[in-house]
Amino acid sequence: MGEPLSLAPSLLEIRNVSKVYQGGFLRPGQQLVALQDFSLIVPEKPARITAIAGESGSGKTTLANLILGFIGPTSGQILYRGADISAMSPQQKLQYARQVQAVLQDPYAAYNPFYRVKHIFDLVIKNFKLARNQPAARELIEEALKMVGMRGEEVLEKYPHQLSGGQRQRMMVARAYLLKPSLIVADEPVSMVDASLRAMILDIMLKLREQQNISFLYITHDLSTAYQVCDDIYVLYQGSIAEKGDTVRVIENPKHPYVKLLIESIPVPDPNQKWDTNVTLPSEEELRSQVDTGCRFYPRCPYHMDRCLVKQPLLYRIDSDNHQAACYLYDQTLPEDQSGVTVQQAGNKDE
Amino acid sequence: MTVTLNLTNSDRDPARNTVVLQVEKLRVHYATPLGDVIAVNGVDLKVFERETIGLVGESGCGKSTLAMSILRLVQPPGRIVSGQVLLLGMDITALNEAELRQVRWNQIALIPQGAMNSLNPVMRVKDQITEAIETHQGKRPPQELKERILRLLAMVGLPGRVYNMFPHELSGGMKQRVCIAMAIALTPSIIIADEPTSALDVVVQRVVAQTLLDVKRTLGVSMILIGHDMGLMAQLVDRIAVMYAGNIVEIAPVKDLFAEPLHPYTQLLIASIPSVKERKPLVVTEGLTHDLRRPPPGCIFQLRCPFVMDKCREVVPPLRELRPNHFVACHLY
Repeated sequence: MGEPLSLAPSLLEIRNVSKVYQGGFLRPGQQLVALQDFSLIVPEKPARITAIAGESGSGKTTLANLILGFIGPTSGQILYRGADISAMSPQQKLQYARQVQAVLQDPYAAYNPFYRVKHIFDLVIKNFKLARNQPAARELIEEALKMVGMRGEEVLEKYPHQLSGGQRQRMMVARAYLLKPSLIVADEPVSMVDASLRAMILDIMLKLREQQNISFLYITHDLSTAYQVCDDIYVLYQGSIAEKGDTVRVIENPKHPYVKLLIESIPVPDPNQKWDTNVTLPSEEELRSQVDTGCRFYPRCPYHMDRCLVKQPLLYRIDSDNHQAACYLYDQTLPEDQSGVTVQQAGNKDE
Repeated sequence: MTVTLNLTNSDRDPARNTVVLQVEKLRVHYATPLGDVIAVNGVDLKVFERETIGLVGESGCGKSTLAMSILRLVQPPGRIVSGQVLLLGMDITALNEAELRQVRWNQIALIPQGAMNSLNPVMRVKDQITEAIETHQGKRPPQELKERILRLLAMVGLPGRVYNMFPHELSGGMKQRVCIAMAIALTPSIIIADEPTSALDVVVQRVVAQTLLDVKRTLGVSMILIGHDMGLMAQLVDRIAVMYAGNIVEIAPVKDLFAEPLHPYTQLLIASIPSVKERKPLVVTEGLTHDLRRPPPGCIFQLRCPFVMDKCREVVPPLRELRPNHFVACHLY
């Protein structure tokens, strides 16, 4: 829906995927909906950086794990170039594992401290039989390192603890690049890297998109870095999409009350513009009383209406298909019930 | 400067307020098999009454080590090599363990990095705060304690029922506020908060930051806030000290520092703040480049500095007051 129709399948398509975790040993019967009816399309060309943004517990890492095949969806489908990843042949699976790479949050945990860092490249080259001999392998590694602005002689013979966090994370990107993937799932790649080094990693992502046609799923809690580099954004709240669309439109002109709150809460780097309002969170009891049927943001929403409790809102268009928010404030269809007046007024206020 | 053991706030700076804490020429080294890593390299810092000072810099620049050495909590292989830490005129580096115990928490409280994970998972909130109070002030009547703890919880914006709860029943932001309540339990004159809001979601971060500001206003306590988020600093602090590889390179009132950053490193830090107001090209930089065991002669920032001159490779630039209250260590000026 929304994206221009084309005959070629999308690079990645997620169709109405839900993931429900069953209660464990101590709490049988209790369910946790980590991801609910989530859909997403990454087109084949041109390469795009798509942000999946949300707070902790919003389901973003569940989504990464689903795409990488670590866990299976409770319902729905994940299609890679038209093929359902849960129904792939071993041959296809291998191809998928090669073409969809991951860069994860903690660049410290990804290395075995007993091996020189060269090991992470050697493993990949061996497992995927990328090179016939040592010199060819070295050439591949050097090329990948060059892409992230490093040189083999500087780093390859070192041990992981001798590298800085930024260097380690760049090496992980280089490792992913070695396989010439079509998609890199980057789960919080810069959250453990210093502010001054974040730009470098983000810049590498832009470069890989421009020069190598590699798409990214950039999973983050940080809307400001998403705003700097991403083409599309999906903002999640407790497992559902709150708002999605063109990143610049969504961040500069957020519509969903939750996304507005998120953006207002980012500290402004200007001492002359101090926070002037007080944000309060409802007491924990309210937050935990899961809204089973209606909008999940209901307990915190300043605009909540009666109809929000009845059914979870669908994604409504804001001004184009490229900007949608899951909020009844933007329901343009004439509602039959009495809440119509409120809806109209609140909707117009923001136009 | 001569130092006397003096508790009567006589160290008044005529132009400013009372100095609560003064760090003088503090050096902290970490011993390694290949020589000492210089974590804090002769740092001078003053904290005035009722002010919040921000300490910023990338990881590994020594900001947490500096904070820990103020409390004399650096663990081996780290050690304070030289220098003094004066709290209301009293030299902390010269105290014995028993005297130190009197100072810690009564006078200086610490909110450590990841404080919310430092709560004991099998103790109720009331018992943890009671312990903090009784360790330093001795036994108290239960009724007085309860009232006091409830007052503390109210001060950090937590409902009274938190009193009886266990840490796992609280969210990250609430746990962090319990830690703030513990830090202010004995009305210290200074609080050191090491990255108090990192690892929290942005909305919760804002609530915790507001709590810190409220507490500071009500109690009139001084605060050292350590972090790397320049945006948060802009919102929370009065003055900022920028640290690079163990050295303070610039100290200024926060408005002056943002309006006119003088040190090239500060300029870089400010230029690389991601914004949600305008999409701008990324400022790409290298991280810490030199070996901390062997800092280059001259300016500490020379290897990354875009304006490096010959002089920078030979002479260490001193921290000079270039504008009123605006100190910078750079040969450009």
